[in-house]
Amino acid sequence: MLRARGDRDLRFGIVVNEGPYTHQASDSAYRFARAALEKGHEILRVFFYHDGVNNGTRFTVPPQDDRNLQRQWSELAEAHKLDLVVCIAAAQRRGILDANEAKRQGKDGDNIAPGFRISGLGQLIEAGIQADRLVVFGD
Amino acid sequence: MPTLHTVNKSPYERSSLRSCLDHLAEGDSVLMMEDAVVGARRGGKFVEVLKAARPSCTVSVLAPDLAARGMKADDLAEGIALVDYGGFVDLAVANARVCAWL
Repeated sequence: MLRARGDRDLRFGIVVNEGPYTHQASDSAYRFARAALEKGHEILRVFFYHDGVNNGTRFTVPPQDDRNLQRQWSELAEAHKLDLVVCIAAAQRRGILDANEAKRQGKDGDNIAPGFRISGLGQLIEAGIQADRLVVFGD
Repeated sequence: MPTLHTVNKSPYERSSLRSCLDHLAEGDSVLMMEDAVVGARRGGKFVEVLKAARPSCTVSVLAPDLAARGMKADDLAEGIALVDYGGFVDLAVANARVCAWL
């Protein structure tokens, strides 16, 4: 069911299936999200799936003259109260852990970036149901 | 209930543009982004299939991705629209759904 807020303001769900610096998916998704917010639309959730979970590690240290995609996402989330969700099964496979998961798995540290949270596929399904449009970025 | 189709790979590399064009319904829109922009080059191999998709559908190219690959609006085939990220958002709003041909 299409759920239009006001006349043309919509709720977007965004899916990122590819890691940072792999190709262009994370850059494209970020720039789309910013453009949607600038136009007054809402971003219901950004779901990071498959290698996309690698966008959510705060241990990212790209060269200083390169964009820092993780920081860009974290700052956008902070500014607009975005819900950045990392798929738990994809995250565990790739070593993306929050404090709870690190403890549960007996690991000596966590690396989830600010503004990101680890959750399950249900969050993707929910975004698909609740958002007016689900836009997928990947390779 | 039109659909916005996004294609992000060069048609010289993958078949996603061709698959997308084969599945268009009347009134749909196609956005060529990332590496797909090279498929819209004037005089290129894919100009005819893109032309066949119109006039019932619109074909657009994402301008920042075109510029990032050293191309200009003049390099595009006739009848192809140029949009920025705001235009991408508008296309997503104007269509009932967005289908990514990954």
